Amino acid sequence: MFQNIGEMIVLFWRTLQALPQSVRQRQKIFEQLFEIGNASLLMACILSVFIGGVIALQTGPVLAERGLASAIGGLVGLSVCKELGPVMMAVLIAGRIGSAMAAEIGSMRVYQEVDALKTMNINPIHYLVLPRILAISVALPVLVVFAVLVAWFGGALVSMLNHRIDVPLQTFFTNLREVVHLRDVVNGLVKSWVFANVIGLVSCHQGLQTIGGPRGIGRSVTKAVVNSIVMILILDYFLTRILMYFDK
Amino acid sequence: MMNAGGNKIQSCGVRVEVRGLHKSFNGDAVLRDINLDVAPGEVFVIMGPSGSGKSVLLKHIIGLERPDSGQILIAGESIEAPGVMERHRMAMVFQSGALLNSLTVGENVGLYLSEHRLKSETEIATIVAEKLSLVGLKGSEARNVSELSGGMKKRVSIARALVIEPELLLYDEPTSELDPLMSVTIAEEIVNLNERSRVTSIVVSHDRDLAFGIADRIALISEGRIITVGSASDVRACQNPVVQRFLNASFKHPHPVL
Repeated sequence: MFQNIGEMIVLFWRTLQALPQSVRQRQKIFEQLFEIGNASLLMACILSVFIGGVIALQTGPVLAERGLASAIGGLVGLSVCKELGPVMMAVLIAGRIGSAMAAEIGSMRVYQEVDALKTMNINPIHYLVLPRILAISVALPVLVVFAVLVAWFGGALVSMLNHRIDVPLQTFFTNLREVVHLRDVVNGLVKSWVFANVIGLVSCHQGLQTIGGPRGIGRSVTKAVVNSIVMILILDYFLTRILMYFDK
Repeated sequence: MMNAGGNKIQSCGVRVEVRGLHKSFNGDAVLRDINLDVAPGEVFVIMGPSGSGKSVLLKHIIGLERPDSGQILIAGESIEAPGVMERHRMAMVFQSGALLNSLTVGENVGLYLSEHRLKSETEIATIVAEKLSLVGLKGSEARNVSELSGGMKKRVSIARALVIEPELLLYDEPTSELDPLMSVTIAEEIVNLNERSRVTSIVVSHDRDLAFGIADRIALISEGRIITVGSASDVRACQNPVVQRFLNASFKHPHPVL
């Protein structure tokens, strides 16, 4: 485990050193951005409607019983933009995009395509890792913005339609505007940016470490997804703790 | 020096020296005290049974593997010296072709030039078309790699290597998985290339016909050791039992049909 972490730190450092190459690799970055956005936007939106809806459904009746139903907008708004939006989207992207990254680079490694790049004096970090990490670190925060907006809408819809909550849309969003500030949204975006880098780094690292045939590729994909999710959940706690200092 | 199309080819071979090379994987010695000298412009074939360490040796020569001990010198410079890959153009034709599946044939062939920004897009397209026609694949720039047969992939891989205008060209089992006609085409291509550009060619193969047909010199490797090095006639005359067994191995049917 410590060896893996050490290798990932080295890979991250080499990717940082390769940043001046980003302009040259812009075509591949755009391709990756399209791949990530196109593959995930619809799924992210569907997932988010239900996330917002289920929070409203779980908390709304309890609040309504105590005469606090009008506070549901703030509750759904805050929990989605600070916690559930970034974390759930990161988990979704780890499964959808992280696995694809590990599989693609892993198969390139197994079928000697990475070796072929090296013999042409093309650095695999510049060619494969940098565009993927840059694309995911832009795409995930953008997806989170969409997800948060859709989840708020889902929460509002459930609050209005469910007879045990029965909060009009206007009341929901008025309360949401009173409680949720721009810094809360930025807080969630910072988290999602960190998660994106973790997913990109873990997946590319696992891909480059692939050995063996198809079984090796399968193993790398599983490791990339599981390790990414574990790291997201652990980092989420520490990031929340750190970002709390900026809430004051 | 001019090629068939009348264009100037700038390549000329480099000397390759392998000194006391040792390599083990998980405690198993794969290469043991390998010493070789390959002269500039020579076609040098490394022959031996499967699993004898030929491909691992080739990977060391192009810097894909690091030796446990010993060194590889390209034109007198260690392969591990900084910038040696930039100073001496080297290319390798992989056993599987190792073409990038996400790119078309043309993009694969022009990858070196486009990634290093050595030519404009129009010039790259011209060079790619020229190299593809050299290997008999004129007009296949737009095809996907997945549409190609094994022989075509090998020829595209050779075209990709030619674009680099290499001083050293390594071939890993260039005729494996190919039918006899295609094997002859590839062998002719290796010889033609060598005659056109005097590139140093190191070919790893267990194909005896190919080795004796194209080689200036042959090394026979077995269990990670060089058994013999010399011209085709020297190797044929070598009385070492390992060499004789390898050269004379043939299948005899237990129940021959009369």
